[in-house]
Amino acid sequence: MQEEEILGKAYDSRLMRRLITYLRPYKKFVALAFVLILFQSVLETLFPLLTKMAIDDYIAVGNMAGLALIAAAFAGLLVVKFLAETVQTLTLQNTGQGILFDMRMQVFGHLQSLSPSFYDRNPVGRLITRVITDVDVLNELFSAGIVSIFGDIFTLLGITIAILLLDWDLGLVTLSVVPLIGLTTAVFRYKARDSYRRVRTAIARINAFLQEHITGMSVVQLYNRERKSQRKFESINDTHFRANLDAIVAYAWFYPAIELLGAMAIALVIWYGGGKVLAGTATLGALVAFIQYSQRFFMPIADMSEKYNILQSAMASSERLFKLLDTPPAIVNDPKAIRPAERATGDIEFRNVWFAYNPSGKDEWVLRDVSFHVSPGESIAIVGHTGAGKTTTASLLTRFYDIQKGQILLDGRDIASLDIAYLRSSFGVVLQDVFLFSGTMESNIRLGSPISRERVAAAAEDVNLAPFLKTLPLGLDHPVNERGSSLSAGQRQLLAFARAFAHDPQILILDEATSSVDTETEIQIRAAIERLMAGRTSIIIAHRLSTIQKCDKIIVMHKGRVRESGTHQQLLAERGLYYKLYQLQYKDQEVGVPGD
Amino acid sequence: MAIVHPQKWRVLSRLLVYLRQNKLRLVLGFISIVLTNAFLVASPWVIKYAVDELSVAVTRERLAYYAGLLVGITFLEGCFRFAMRWLLIGVSRTIEYDLRNDLFRHMATLPLSFYQKNKTGDLMSRATNDLGNVRMLLGPGIMYTANTALTAVFAIALMLWIDWRLTLIASIPLPLVSYSVRHFGKKIHDLTEESQAKLADLSARVQESMAGIRVVKAFVQEDHEIDEFRRSNLSLVDKNRQLIRVTSIFYPTMQFMIGLAVVIVLWLGGRRVVEGAITIGDFVAFTVYLGLLTWPMIALGWVVNLLERGRASMERLNYIFDSAPEICDSAGVIRDFSIRGAIEFRNLSFSYNGHATLRNISLSIPHGKTVAIVGATGSGKSTLVQLIPRLYNPPPDSLFVDGVPIEKIPLETLRASIGYIPQDTFLFGETIRENIAFGVDAASDEEIRRAARISNIEADIEEFQQGFDTMVGERGITLSGGQKQRTAISRAVVRNPKILILDDALSSVDTYTEERILHELKEVMRDRTSILISHRVSTVREADEIVVLDRGEIVERGTHAELLALDGYYAGLHRRQLLEEELAVSE
Repeated sequence: MQEEEILGKAYDSRLMRRLITYLRPYKKFVALAFVLILFQSVLETLFPLLTKMAIDDYIAVGNMAGLALIAAAFAGLLVVKFLAETVQTLTLQNTGQGILFDMRMQVFGHLQSLSPSFYDRNPVGRLITRVITDVDVLNELFSAGIVSIFGDIFTLLGITIAILLLDWDLGLVTLSVVPLIGLTTAVFRYKARDSYRRVRTAIARINAFLQEHITGMSVVQLYNRERKSQRKFESINDTHFRANLDAIVAYAWFYPAIELLGAMAIALVIWYGGGKVLAGTATLGALVAFIQYSQRFFMPIADMSEKYNILQSAMASSERLFKLLDTPPAIVNDPKAIRPAERATGDIEFRNVWFAYNPSGKDEWVLRDVSFHVSPGESIAIVGHTGAGKTTTASLLTRFYDIQKGQILLDGRDIASLDIAYLRSSFGVVLQDVFLFSGTMESNIRLGSPISRERVAAAAEDVNLAPFLKTLPLGLDHPVNERGSSLSAGQRQLLAFARAFAHDPQILILDEATSSVDTETEIQIRAAIERLMAGRTSIIIAHRLSTIQKCDKIIVMHKGRVRESGTHQQLLAERGLYYKLYQLQYKDQEVGVPGD
Repeated sequence: MAIVHPQKWRVLSRLLVYLRQNKLRLVLGFISIVLTNAFLVASPWVIKYAVDELSVAVTRERLAYYAGLLVGITFLEGCFRFAMRWLLIGVSRTIEYDLRNDLFRHMATLPLSFYQKNKTGDLMSRATNDLGNVRMLLGPGIMYTANTALTAVFAIALMLWIDWRLTLIASIPLPLVSYSVRHFGKKIHDLTEESQAKLADLSARVQESMAGIRVVKAFVQEDHEIDEFRRSNLSLVDKNRQLIRVTSIFYPTMQFMIGLAVVIVLWLGGRRVVEGAITIGDFVAFTVYLGLLTWPMIALGWVVNLLERGRASMERLNYIFDSAPEICDSAGVIRDFSIRGAIEFRNLSFSYNGHATLRNISLSIPHGKTVAIVGATGSGKSTLVQLIPRLYNPPPDSLFVDGVPIEKIPLETLRASIGYIPQDTFLFGETIRENIAFGVDAASDEEIRRAARISNIEADIEEFQQGFDTMVGERGITLSGGQKQRTAISRAVVRNPKILILDDALSSVDTYTEERILHELKEVMRDRTSILISHRVSTVREADEIVVLDRGEIVERGTHAELLALDGYYAGLHRRQLLEEELAVSE
């Protein structure tokens, strides 16, 4: 079962205590809202009393002037109630928004601090749900749930006190239906919770199914899966339908049941209270007030069971949020981290590095005892089959993951002892899969760094992106959106180069794209890579022979180990793994030679 | 809230069929509403008699009788209220169920172009949120509209019966209520939409920042991301606060107006009792009726909103329903056609979105042969092969399979004979086994393994803890790009297709593995037709014919050797790669 589908209890004191801490900065506002709610509850209990006075003291004796006075008092109280309610709602809802803002900042900020290993495990969709939906659910708890539950409780208390003061034995008789209300509500809650959970699970499944099939509809069609998928969808849909039918039954009997109990209370008032009127121990006005109180009594109770759902989802959401907030970042700055004043020179060394993505798993080493050294300004190419550990090697340098054994050194210092921001800004990383942010060409090159437009333009020029920019009417201001779908793979590569160039790193890490592009672009990319490498320490996960040959040193990796290293010619002469790789990749061209 | 324009509501006509199917339950539901309200307004009348008799003379037995009557009436009312909810909300759920199935059935017939034109997120929101809104219109929307109207009509009728003058005077605040519902309603509606838009912006921000977290971290942009997020967050909260300012006045205002009506009744009604125009029982019943009206008044705005939203959503659903399937079997289709696999493009030209993508293509691929297509990005390679399984409709009489125009072959037969492996691999969130067996009714374990072996993925799969039963995607493991492509190849191979199409489907696989897959495939495809699209010379060089496409036209064709002799695009591509080799040798 997915996390989203689990729904627990409606109240958890541990979670609640932690939630309450978010109210702290708004203490004054919350206090004000509380006072106002209390005040409203008191007002609420006054109206039936006024009716009683009107009937007993004025209508019964025909005192028109007094009646007008009561009406005026009634109107006055209405105005006060209006003001109290408005101010209270305003205060509470604005506080809710404040908490919403704070929580979102906290969750998002925390997400930014988490390491790539966290993002490997958690799909983006789930994280969006945390920041958006779960926080929203809690906002509802703060602005509609908690406080109005208190409001409901106060009102119930107020009415109870009022009727007991008015006529305590009639009051007790009327209140005798309350245990039945409790019982009814408990049964309803139990039934509603079960069907609510099933509905939520079914909805999650429907959404997942639709999302998948809309994205992959052409595959469904190509593989003649329409009918099979339809059957599967109908069965999920049916689960949803049945869960909802149960929910309908639960809700359909609950309201009438509460209403019936209300009528029983009024019947008791008429029967018992009527008897008291006959006996002269109660007035007609008191009876009418009791009838009105009974009507008002059942509203908050019905209301409270509605709030139950809010409370329940809020508990589930806060559980998930707190779990996220309690996830410590796997990679943090050492407290004694060094931030050298000077820029890195680019001397890199791997010393007997062992690494596994999942350290607890047995024998899953991705890198085994890897050692190599790159001097400042030198370039090194890493080659090998898929899964040889090439990309991993590159992401260890920027501390996306921490190694288990060995050492990685930058300028002779262990990278674990360096300030992370310092470390990462020394590197310029260009990955195979270029990620673009929505914005403009310029904002994608600059990102959030303080780089002038001139430098952005110069960087675009340097990596051969400028000719393409000239074809765009807005040039650097050309909008980029939806993960850059309007740009070709080659253009995206060039944009990524410009991004690295503009940030002027001391060390370049380049994971060359395998997907081939047309030859024009290929030539431009090749030239851009050469310019990027000039004067920098470069580590290149190379796929193109042209790039490999330009490197000072080549490392051949196989199953997590460095198997061979040396220059192109040396390695060819060795007739080892590199030689075989080389043969395989360019075999057809060798065959082609005689024809030329 | 111009609710009265009949034109606007015509979009709902599609729902009539569904409503008609549930006629019986609907009629019974409406009868229940009438009876519910009849009993609802009867209770205060009982109270009226009880109070009246109390103020004159009454026995304990009479009181017990009234008390029992009150409970009995409420019990009956409750029964019908239960029936009303159960029937009417039940109908809305039934229709939701049917509508959702029909929607999916229809979506499964829509062509690729439809899914290219419409974003997944947008279609998702139509199929989920909008369907939900339509359900709300059909269920609570219809039920509460009818119920609210009837309660109001019944209660007001009885109030008029008691004292028409008092009723009219007490109704003075009513136009104000209706005015404020309309005034605030419009504002709330607009602000809610603006706030929704801001929320969508915020979600997009998070989505982007999370998806691009590696870039963010590599370029140390965390603070910048947080700043940007703060800006969006603040702008959302600001909008919400504007909305709050309106809503926190709206609801108290409504309560205040209803309270005013109560004051009027208390004051003038009291006077009428004193004057002897009405009894004290009338007076009490009057206030209770006013209480019954409170909820309908407040619900009015909500119900109108439900109807409005449901209507707008139906319009958005109709967009999907009204999109034509375009690609389907025509009248002249040949039943029981069996495909051998010869393909012929006969002077085919094809335009997509008014843009000529393919021009005068003539290409014949005999049964059992392999044709390779090369060319620059955007030259029309993918479009050309996508015409074969009719992902797009080719012009009539321009594309033939076994000499028969493709539009005469049943779509299902055609597609069942093709193993098409697209450029972008899409796998489903099922097990690897289910993904491989995706396009066949039943596949034995051996068949699945064989397909996996051919596409060089078997060893990878066996390394997973649950082997072939490993889940793919969010709930399971994340496959690498190459693993995905190889799984997709297995999916095609297991179907034993007469025609195999690889649309640059080995791009994420390294050359070594590619070599092995091609070698295996060659065995399998011995007497079948294959089409390969690739940028790599190594992939295409052994094809029976190589075709070079440039801006939608075939510019070169022949075998590897012939094309080299031709000294055109292909030879250039070849030379470029050769150059690298020579460079290497000369150093």
